[in-house]
Amino acid sequence: MTFNAAALLLLIAGLALIGWLAGRARSSLLAGRAGEKLHSRPQYHGWYVALWLFAPAALFLAVWSSVSPALVTNQVLAADAAQSLPAFGFERGAILSDARNVAEGRQAAVRLPAAAPLVKPYADASQKYALIGIAAMLALALAGGLYAFTRIKPDFRARTRVEKIVMLFLLLASLVAILTTFGIVLSLLFESIRFFRLVSPAELLFGTEWAPTSGAPQPDTFGGIPLFWGTILIGAIIAMIVAIPIGMMTAVYLTQYAAPTVRKWVKPCLEILAGVPTVVYGYFAALTVAPALREFAVMLGIPNASTESALAAGIVMGVMIIPFVSSMADDSINAVPQAMRDGSLALGATPNETIRQVLIPAALPGVMGGILLAVSRAIGETMIVVMAAGLSANMTANPFASVTTVTAQIVKLLTGDQEFDSAKTLAAFALGLVLFIVTLLLNIVALRIVKKYREAYE
Amino acid sequence: MTQDDLTIADPKMKAHGVNVFYGEKQAINDVSIDVGTDLVTAFIGPSGCGKSTFLRSLNRMNDTVASARVTGRIELDGEDIYAPSMDVVQLRARVGMVFQKPNPFPKSIYDNVGYGPRIHGLAPNKADLDVIVERALIRAGLWDEVKDRLAESGTALSGGQQQRLCIARAIAVDPEVILMDEPCSALDPIATAKIEELIHELRGKYAIVIVTHNMQQAARVSQRTAFFHLGTLVEYGKTTDIFTNPKQERTKDYITGRYG
Repeated sequence: MTFNAAALLLLIAGLALIGWLAGRARSSLLAGRAGEKLHSRPQYHGWYVALWLFAPAALFLAVWSSVSPALVTNQVLAADAAQSLPAFGFERGAILSDARNVAEGRQAAVRLPAAAPLVKPYADASQKYALIGIAAMLALALAGGLYAFTRIKPDFRARTRVEKIVMLFLLLASLVAILTTFGIVLSLLFESIRFFRLVSPAELLFGTEWAPTSGAPQPDTFGGIPLFWGTILIGAIIAMIVAIPIGMMTAVYLTQYAAPTVRKWVKPCLEILAGVPTVVYGYFAALTVAPALREFAVMLGIPNASTESALAAGIVMGVMIIPFVSSMADDSINAVPQAMRDGSLALGATPNETIRQVLIPAALPGVMGGILLAVSRAIGETMIVVMAAGLSANMTANPFASVTTVTAQIVKLLTGDQEFDSAKTLAAFALGLVLFIVTLLLNIVALRIVKKYREAYE
Repeated sequence: MTQDDLTIADPKMKAHGVNVFYGEKQAINDVSIDVGTDLVTAFIGPSGCGKSTFLRSLNRMNDTVASARVTGRIELDGEDIYAPSMDVVQLRARVGMVFQKPNPFPKSIYDNVGYGPRIHGLAPNKADLDVIVERALIRAGLWDEVKDRLAESGTALSGGQQQRLCIARAIAVDPEVILMDEPCSALDPIATAKIEELIHELRGKYAIVIVTHNMQQAARVSQRTAFFHLGTLVEYGKTTDIFTNPKQERTKDYITGRYG
């Protein structure tokens, strides 16, 4: 007998259905017998029983599924047959998982001879913990169901109780995202700390030489400045030079000049642009824009012109960001009260003067917030730079030369065969942490600006 | 309406047979009225009677509403303001407007007043603009309160000061007519009294049209009163006549507070 979580979930769902029917039937029965009016409709009593039956058992199931493998392994390790296992490392893990696979029926026979004596202890242990788990789960389900069932009375406020339980569920659902973020930060943090034991933070943040050549004779250097510069050049300079003016002009046109029909067509088109997968932008940049720019640069006689250029990646990234900037600017301009616009027009200003001198200055804080959010998106963008910007860490202001970014290097460090304890691999986590902190700060500042500005007009 | 009350010899603005539509809905129905040069004209009537709509058609602010359509003839000094040859921008410089809620720009007090003169090129240099701004603020009765803080934001002033700033802003472009759309409805009684005093002082320098909900205010500040109801002009005449001896039953009911 094995512990099959999906089947068990189905089982308690079935029990919950029975609980629902029973709760509903009992409430009407009691009400009929006592000749009283029910406080809540019968199905609320049903839901109350079903939720009490289902929720604790399902929660237990979730916890038990994640805990029981460790308990099983512990018991196996305590067995006599396990004493001859290698003490640490890869081989030990391989033997254990081989034995487990046979014991749980996923594999017909052991592949490693050393695993054979462990199959029996494994099978015993998993059967034991599966039985314990199933028994405890059923007990919880029945206890919960009975508790709820006995509380049913005509004047029992099942409706309010169900409301509270539902609220609890919704709260749990919203916590999932928050806890996940927290987990991501923690995992980044721990791996980064391991990296910083090998390489000092000062070297990563202020070093100017980036050469993580693991295994090569010369020592690795992890100076992050060339990556940070590349990231800023592409994401915060070139992309913004493209996205800010075009995005702003789009927003001004759409909010102030466009006829409703034009707006009805242009806005969804912009939204489609925002929905194009970034990998598509990536190959557009690498296959179309970059070669064209290189030819242009060669024609002008610019040295170091490469087919992987900062300019190609930056321009395409800017185009990708346009809908983002324009929709933020659109919101900000729309949030400027109509009275402001009327006031200017009533003084005899043209629409263009009104936009330049009244609307945009009034919308500026919101627009700035939007631009910061756009920058934070651009510097975290990966596919375009991986495909179009290149991987050589150059410190150059020449936009036609190849540069690399933090995200492109993370991809490079983590793809291919890796040892997960070398400084080279761990550097990816440290870079990720730096990127995370920078984008987080940008987002916080941007959201503050946007919020403060919104309050000013409401 | 009765025509014999129109004792205006040389009207600044003349409206004749004006209809205003918002889409299919008719908001103003066949209104004819003359606005005197040296007079304060008040438009009164219950909410939704079209008085603000009509006011906004006098400087073509209704153009900013896509569905709005105006028919009939409105003249400024004998010139049709809805004629294709009319420059709307110039028209609005000549017919200024003050709104219901004070709407200073989020700029300094100085720049708020200087905005109009700058865009119309009325001040060739900074010294000229200083003079225009100072004169406008003095006329609007705000100079003494703000002369030491012209660089502060206009939005930092109190509601009543903001509204006087908006009046100064309108005066600064030297208009011929000033339209006021319930200029005191967002203000407390003291600020209201100051604005009314200001209207008295401005009378004669500009033709003033004021829309108000407040009948006492109409009686206090105006020489001519027009009573609107359901999009039509019910009665128009000398303010004293309208309030003491209305000719129409509906006017009488309204000013005695029977509805509205």
